[in-house]
Amino acid sequence: MSGAAPLWTALLVPVLLLAFGYGAAAGTAALRARAAGTAPEAGLTAPARESARLLVQRRRTIPGADTLLWRLGGALVPVAAVLAALVVPLGPTAVSDLSVGVVWFNAMEVLIWAALWMLGWGADSAWGLVGGYRFLVQGLSYELPHMFALTTAALGAGSLRVSDVVAAQDQVWFAVLMPVAFAVYLLSALAMAFWGPFGTPVGRDLAGGAAAELSGVDLLVLRAGRYMFLAVVAAMAVPLFLGGGAGPLLPGWAWTLAKTAGVVALLVWLGHRLPAVRMDRFTEVAWVVLVPLTLVQALVVAVFVLTR
Amino acid sequence: MAETVVFAVCAVGAVASGAAVFVVDSMARATFALLASFLLTAVAVLLLGLSYLGVLVILMMVMEMMVMAVFMIMYMMNPAGLMPMTMVHNKVGSLVVSAGVFLLLAAGAVLVPWPERTGEPPADPTRALGEAVMGEHMLVMMLVGLVLFATMVAATVLTTHRGRYDRYGDDLRRERPDDPIGGGLGR
Repeated sequence: MSGAAPLWTALLVPVLLLAFGYGAAAGTAALRARAAGTAPEAGLTAPARESARLLVQRRRTIPGADTLLWRLGGALVPVAAVLAALVVPLGPTAVSDLSVGVVWFNAMEVLIWAALWMLGWGADSAWGLVGGYRFLVQGLSYELPHMFALTTAALGAGSLRVSDVVAAQDQVWFAVLMPVAFAVYLLSALAMAFWGPFGTPVGRDLAGGAAAELSGVDLLVLRAGRYMFLAVVAAMAVPLFLGGGAGPLLPGWAWTLAKTAGVVALLVWLGHRLPAVRMDRFTEVAWVVLVPLTLVQALVVAVFVLTR
Repeated sequence: MAETVVFAVCAVGAVASGAAVFVVDSMARATFALLASFLLTAVAVLLLGLSYLGVLVILMMVMEMMVMAVFMIMYMMNPAGLMPMTMVHNKVGSLVVSAGVFLLLAAGAVLVPWPERTGEPPADPTRALGEAVMGEHMLVMMLVGLVLFATMVAATVLTTHRGRYDRYGDDLRRERPDDPIGGGLGR
């Protein structure tokens, strides 16, 4: 049922990610507008207007900045999102159906650690530096539960290949079979896209944190990259936990897109509703509560797989 | 052919970025030069068909180097990385030693008469490699892993200067521990 698509489909990946990213940005703007009591329809064009503004804004240069690392950090965010998306199947086919697709996805999303730290460091700004270090603490907090959630999905399928994980869900979705792993995955999806409650590395209390000194096209690349990252972690939830392209009537690719849109909408809504989380608090919650929870979840799934 | 080109680019790149660690004057750049060297080496591992190991090297090295960057910048002699620094003391001596070691190892790799391949590569080289390295000592290896982990936890517990008497009082009667950082569970 699965296979590797022709190479040109790799060009489709950034287009789709940008489309979902635009949707996430527009949804956020609409929710904010509604909360502020203005017309939410204006939110639909807000990302386009903001992008145009950033494109004509002058780029900031800073004396003493480590320009190489600074620019590299910003560019790495969208690049990591696209690289991670290469193993996400659209319907039955992915650009590359690696035998270790789940590990590849994890390795590419971890690049965001380096990206944000470089952004924070390179700007030669105390706010940026604090933001970069804040994200490292965040990474150390969410990454272990996140890895156990990914491992549990792979364990349920007995394979690290994403198409095998999808095939293993033809009876029951993994979101039903392993709800704790699914919930932890969604939580860590918010955290790795430094989105919503986990947005403190670029938070207002740090005057923008790792993004404090960015302006113009550099800020546009970071923001677009962040929404693309949100889109790719949402898209990966579909093959891992929501049965991939399985569904009645519609073809597989349509179901994949519909489910991805649903997860993106959920993440955007959660990001809008939840208050900011302080990392010194979340670290203890992650290590004392989430790690044991995901370990027990993995144990339960392992026993289920063995006795099936 | 394509494999040879990729290997050559990655090999030269890995050595060059490894050398860059000792050339650049900022600890942050040294960290990322070292990371680039590791990532290029991971591509060489991928070329061997060891896809799991190669991707794992990328994953672990990025995480590890980011944690290491914190400590490298904290410990090294350029406070906050803002002052120029160098990784090398005794420049001439270290250059001679490192060039000598590199030539020795490279000569070993080039001059050793490697055996011809007989038979086919296995279907899953990662599994074959694991069995060749560990074989019937799998149980020992797993125990060693546990012992190593226990050592790390024990070392952390021993180095932290706050014990349970600091947290729960001299008679351990305090309801909630007195911690400098609150933590999220309200304990």
